[in-house]
Amino acid sequence: MNSELRTLNFELRYSYWRWSSALGPLLALLVLFVVLALFAPASFRSPRNIELIARQTGIVGMAALGMTLVIISGGIDLSVGSVVALSTVVIAWLLEYGRVGPLMAALGGIGAAAAFGLTSGLLITRLRVVPFIVTLGMMLIARGAAKGIGHEQKINVEPIRLEWLDKLLASLPKEQRWMLLPFGVWLLIILAAVMAAMLRYTRLGRHTFAIGSNEQTARLCGVAVERVKVMVYTIGGAFAGLGGLLQFSRLTVGDPTVAQGLELDVIAAVVIGGGSLAGGEGSILGTIVGALIMTVIASWCTHIHLPNWVQEIITGVIIVVAVALDRLRHRRTV
Amino acid sequence: MAERIDSNQPAVRLQMRGICKRFGATVALDDVGIEVAAGEVLALVGENGAGKSTLMKVLSGAVKPDAGQMWLDGVSYLPANPLEARRAGVAMIYQELSLTPHLSVQENIMLGMEPSLLGVVRWKQVRQRAIEAIKEFDNPELTPEARVRKLSVGSQQLVEIARALAIGCRVLVLDEPTSSLTQQDVDRLFEIIGRLKRQGKAIVYISHFIEEVKRVADRVTVLRDGKVAGSSDVANITTHQIIALMVGREVEELYPRSVRQEGEVVLEIENLAGVEKPRSASLQLRRGEVLGIAGLVGAGRTELLRSVFGLDPVRQGQIRLGVYTGPASPVRRWMQGAGFLSEDRKGEGLAVSLSVADNVTLSKLKGFGPLGIVLPSRQDRATQRWIEQLGIRCRGPRQSVLSLSGGNQQKVALARLLEHDVDVLLLDEPTRGIDVAAKAMIYRLIDSLATGSSAEGRPPKAVLMVSSYLPELLGVCDRVAVMCRGRLGPTRHIEEVDEHKLMLEAVGQDTNI
Repeated sequence: MNSELRTLNFELRYSYWRWSSALGPLLALLVLFVVLALFAPASFRSPRNIELIARQTGIVGMAALGMTLVIISGGIDLSVGSVVALSTVVIAWLLEYGRVGPLMAALGGIGAAAAFGLTSGLLITRLRVVPFIVTLGMMLIARGAAKGIGHEQKINVEPIRLEWLDKLLASLPKEQRWMLLPFGVWLLIILAAVMAAMLRYTRLGRHTFAIGSNEQTARLCGVAVERVKVMVYTIGGAFAGLGGLLQFSRLTVGDPTVAQGLELDVIAAVVIGGGSLAGGEGSILGTIVGALIMTVIASWCTHIHLPNWVQEIITGVIIVVAVALDRLRHRRTV
Repeated sequence: MAERIDSNQPAVRLQMRGICKRFGATVALDDVGIEVAAGEVLALVGENGAGKSTLMKVLSGAVKPDAGQMWLDGVSYLPANPLEARRAGVAMIYQELSLTPHLSVQENIMLGMEPSLLGVVRWKQVRQRAIEAIKEFDNPELTPEARVRKLSVGSQQLVEIARALAIGCRVLVLDEPTSSLTQQDVDRLFEIIGRLKRQGKAIVYISHFIEEVKRVADRVTVLRDGKVAGSSDVANITTHQIIALMVGREVEELYPRSVRQEGEVVLEIENLAGVEKPRSASLQLRRGEVLGIAGLVGAGRTELLRSVFGLDPVRQGQIRLGVYTGPASPVRRWMQGAGFLSEDRKGEGLAVSLSVADNVTLSKLKGFGPLGIVLPSRQDRATQRWIEQLGIRCRGPRQSVLSLSGGNQQKVALARLLEHDVDVLLLDEPTRGIDVAAKAMIYRLIDSLATGSSAEGRPPKAVLMVSSYLPELLGVCDRVAVMCRGRLGPTRHIEEVDEHKLMLEAVGQDTNI
């Protein structure tokens, strides 16, 4: 009797925590938005501002998709900001000097970024140097390469060559209002769904979790640990490239100095979303929510005219509090 | 011993009396008492799990006893933690050395008690005291400035002993000090133990190797199942008597043994050698049999299984698994139909933060959907089958392994091998740290695998099993071989051996004495 009660109790608690871990971040975002809206002018909760928030989340969100994978595998990628800059430069260079169409230019930029990720992955697995160091090096290498390609200058592109490339994150014109969100944001949503499914439903995804959870077990179970890691960093690079594509779309120039420190925002998005730097934990939904939380707070600060420095302090506090809450929740479930 | 009587009663330096300690339901120590005099070496022997290390943890303050008293030079002694024990003059030297490899010898010796002035280390004094501690050893490799990681294992151990001397220890505990030493280092160590004895230190020497005990100790106390099985002067007891005290327990009726049909050889190892261990191992494993490997912890049994499975490098020798020859990676081994159960369940065997289903299916993840897709529903269905068949107590396939009990975790780890349907099962300590009910279940499972009754219409499997628990090996296996210091002895039928013989072989004694 007693034990049955205990089982039931456990069962209820279990399902509660399971749901809270899946939907918890989303709920937290909603609550945060509602609370902030109480202390802000009506313009903060207007559809127009919500669309703006979605657009502003695009770049960080895109790069964070790849970072989620990297962090789940127990790694880290510090080169993301530089790789974003590099891919804007590559796209601009291809458009301006390579004389290719926008699609080829975009793919070129993403490809270059993926190549950097691949290199990181190979260095980490072959040289057995920790990811922190390898990607710290790659951060400088990518930044330098971007500056080299642009001869230390921005690469301007003739507007005629851009075609659709400048519209990915732009506010929608009246006749396309039916799309609700610009294409870049839709791309983010679709890719987020793809990545979430990949993590949950494919061998690669399950192997990534296993490596992050316990690399030795993964090896014992015959998981090709090195190969999976290389894949993970390559995918991480490709997503940084996609982030670069969105960045280019906003700037319409190839700027080798853009996105300085972006990697920290990206990592913050993943950890706010429940990713653990020790590996084995993290989710795509959480990451997206993490990225949104940061943009929402930035937007709120702008609406109530808080200076930039206050905004930075608030973001810092949010990161620490979010992760501390997550740890607390974990301690209770175990 | 004559002098001791002359000088009246020798001073009892350390006395432990009536020590009891329970961990949950298991009684680790039950009314244990030992005594060591100044200038005496007491050997503490017993099988793995007999309670030696718990007793020493009590002595060093790492574990608090439930009952019992201790005296040090006649003064009541109850350390709250290891630091207090050290301050009182009780120093431990463990099997795994606890040195900081990047620092120098002198820093290691004085670590945590560096003489300093306003936080500034006074190097001259550090050096001086270190030199004092190491000059005893007369070892050219040991200089105060030498980096510890560049020293041989034997010299590293001396650094630990020097550290104990530098704090002015009165009682020195050596836990399996020779297990990784060369013969030369062992001789040197014994010489130093002799010197420390003459200086009036009380020494507790823990070892599996009876011949060492007879060489170095004055008295021996045997522990068995958490109790003192006997105590004697070394001069008055034979090796056989010591071993009889160690293993004197009845074999429980836990072990089912159906009629087994031996088939073809599925695993053949010839003169296999790894980087350090094993040194040389040969065996043939047939379908339909359970082959046991006995031996002491650290003899190289785990390394043998690991090198067969491709987790440890193979330096020389032949491995043939089914039709495949030569060493192979774990990825290949799984494909070739072999599975490995790690002795380190939490560190290696399982990804504890993942679910039961993920752990059971991790080695496979094929056939759960098309194109590399893994459908959780199919994963769950496969796992559910094993949950029922093995009686894994959990809330479902999606519960994380972390919250399961040891026995259930072990069943999850075993279920992985069953789900993969491997032909050759390499099991390393399959029943370590689990309760009796789960043990019995695992014995039944091993029996059914070997007889082929686990799966209808499928040939029987072959099981290679390492265990430190002799009754278990005698109960489950058809044949058994003993590993001692990296070498695997001949394989014998179970009728030809008993605990006594296996233990003699495991401790490196010739069996024909």
